Amino acid sequence: MLYAMLGLLKKEFLALLRDKKSRFVLIGPPLIQLLVFGYAATYDLNRVPIAIYNEDSGSASRELIARFTGAKAFREVGRITRQSDIAEFINPKKALLVLHIGREFSRDLSKRKSASIQLIVDGRNSNTALITLNYAQTILADFNRTWAEQQRLAKPPARLEIRAWFNPNLNSQWFIVPGIVGLLTLVVTMLVTALSVAREREQGTFDQLLVTPFTPLEILIGKALPGVLIGLIESSFIVLMAVYWFHVPFVGDVAALYLGIVLFVVSTVGVGLMISSLATTQQQGLLGAFLFIVPSIILSGFATPIANMPEAMQTLTLLIPLRYFLVIVRGVMLEGIPLSLLSDQYWPMAVIGFATLGLAAWMFRRRLY
Amino acid sequence: MNAEQSVSPDPSARRLRLSGLLRKEFLQIRRDPSSIAIAFLLPIVLLIIFGYGVSLDAKHERVGLVAENPGPETADFFSGLQRSEYFQPVTFSDQRAAQKALDRRQISAIVRLRSDFSRQALNGQSAPIDVVVDGVDANTARLVSGYLQGVWAGWLQRRVDERAGASTQAVLMQQRIWFNPAVRSRDYLVPGLIAVIMTLTGALLTAMVVAREWDRGTLEALMATPVSVGEVLIGKLVPYYLLGMGGMALSIGMAIFLFEVPLRGSLWVLFVTGSLFLLAALGMGLLISIIAQNQFVAGQVAIITTYLPAFILSGFIFDIDSMPVAVQSFTYLIAARYFVAILQTVFLAGDVWAVIVPNALALALMALVFLLLAARRMPRRLG
Repeated sequence: MLYAMLGLLKKEFLALLRDKKSRFVLIGPPLIQLLVFGYAATYDLNRVPIAIYNEDSGSASRELIARFTGAKAFREVGRITRQSDIAEFINPKKALLVLHIGREFSRDLSKRKSASIQLIVDGRNSNTALITLNYAQTILADFNRTWAEQQRLAKPPARLEIRAWFNPNLNSQWFIVPGIVGLLTLVVTMLVTALSVAREREQGTFDQLLVTPFTPLEILIGKALPGVLIGLIESSFIVLMAVYWFHVPFVGDVAALYLGIVLFVVSTVGVGLMISSLATTQQQGLLGAFLFIVPSIILSGFATPIANMPEAMQTLTLLIPLRYFLVIVRGVMLEGIPLSLLSDQYWPMAVIGFATLGLAAWMFRRRLY
Repeated sequence: MNAEQSVSPDPSARRLRLSGLLRKEFLQIRRDPSSIAIAFLLPIVLLIIFGYGVSLDAKHERVGLVAENPGPETADFFSGLQRSEYFQPVTFSDQRAAQKALDRRQISAIVRLRSDFSRQALNGQSAPIDVVVDGVDANTARLVSGYLQGVWAGWLQRRVDERAGASTQAVLMQQRIWFNPAVRSRDYLVPGLIAVIMTLTGALLTAMVVAREWDRGTLEALMATPVSVGEVLIGKLVPYYLLGMGGMALSIGMAIFLFEVPLRGSLWVLFVTGSLFLLAALGMGLLISIIAQNQFVAGQVAIITTYLPAFILSGFIFDIDSMPVAVQSFTYLIAARYFVAILQTVFLAGDVWAVIVPNALALALMALVFLLLAARRMPRRLG
């Protein structure tokens, strides 16, 4: 029986890797995507185009402008001389931000009154707008502090001292790249599993498999093992790349991460096989794969926090293995959360894996058309 | 035998062949309802999940407040936090309890006022306010610290007003956020999502159709008939274009009526640019289908090349200008990139031609390239 099982496994691997294009799809694109996404997926802003509208002639305004244009976050794209020009820069997206310094700026400052500046920001992407204003606020706070020291103004009654734990420079790559481990592992395991039973059903070879002495459990193992192995290999590789190429810190325990990886891969393989065994054509399998992958990534907390979602959506996220895995991979890598504190993340994935694999095996025999 | 040589010049025969092909394709769509599900069900499900699930508005963030020596001064400072809609303050008796809560993700920041806060603040000694934010989610951390700065600046200003003291902040910042003054992230995410979802629908609708004919051997039968490559492509394109536009209209309707995103530009611009985008997406699907030559690989390629690139590289959520230059060059290959720019502008800013025209031209070019490539790579004979 063991010998027959080996034969079955060999057939499953061959079905997956025999086609040169199929082999390439499993290895090439995930690697390219890791490199591209690792750099692309960031909320940090660089070289934000800024236009300057300065009506003031004093030296203080020039100094303030120099702080803006000299900052790494900003890039000057032009000077404006009329109010109406602001729209000329913002509307066609030539500038994201316009810094407007009014006529009274230097006069107010010299009288020791509070001067004001106006920042006009393109809100079409409101997150980018908020981050841009945040950068501007930081630059202005620096300016104010230096100015107060130079002019011997009264000190403010209190000052903010903000520190960020686990990620002191608020480098969003540290947050996103561990997330990509989960994303690409999810996509690859779905690629391997979601179409596999559907293809055999469409070609009629699945019926042949069912009349062999193999039990549904053995067929299930044969179908699941390639996905599990490929998922494990690819995720290990991506973790290595995250640490050695993207220099994301790894402060936690490798065992805690691997328990998470194994459970995550098994549960997504389960979902993939369940979709595949429900589908009668490959097109349906593909549709099912998308209907799982797309919401998984959106609702997992990969790009946008789960805490911002409405209650009903937050409940829905409980069904998504990626959600748990992201907590594990980020927690282990950045914060060093030990295995014992992660059990709330491990067991839901185990339950999902068990349920979906069981359902897939059950569907093998029930669905014969 | 080259199919094109045998095409009869008679236009009526041509029309007949085309209508036959179209009829066959429509019948196939009807028989396997998954195409209809892709065109209509997928956008509805995804838009609802996306529209409600994706939000970058950090509201009601739980922050821990620690006052080591509570008094009127600390209460005055905290009142600003308590009034802000961005925060949901939780009071802790000491720093250690607050840190424990932060470790357990129960709060995302701690604001701590030391025991001599009141004395220092009253003496004008610049009392330090210690803020710790959980930096794991860097974006939220940055938003939270921005909101805290706002609360702090408001508090300073209030003191100046109440006590008629001299302002300690030389320059104050007034901000105007154009197009989306309420900073609702949904208003820009939902238009962008339409592009992501239509990328999926377009590719899914067509990725399987030619590959399926390979798998079933019906493509060989088609080669033996006098239909030309162009006719086969049109026969494949027209039904899925109609389905796709139906899905697009549905998505735009949901954006306007369900998610209440303002539409400041015109519908016909959305219709024209949407058509160009859909043609590019369908063309890409057809090309995948033709190159892969079987459904298994076509499905895999469709999964890999559509969703994640459209999600991450289109500028729908991550700012393209801030990406490294080498990565930016990749984004030019993503049709969704151009459509996202158009959608966000037409919805929120209006018909800004300086944005619409270049992006529409890029979409037209992509559609043309994909369809021409598909026509060239379409097999004319058995290999």
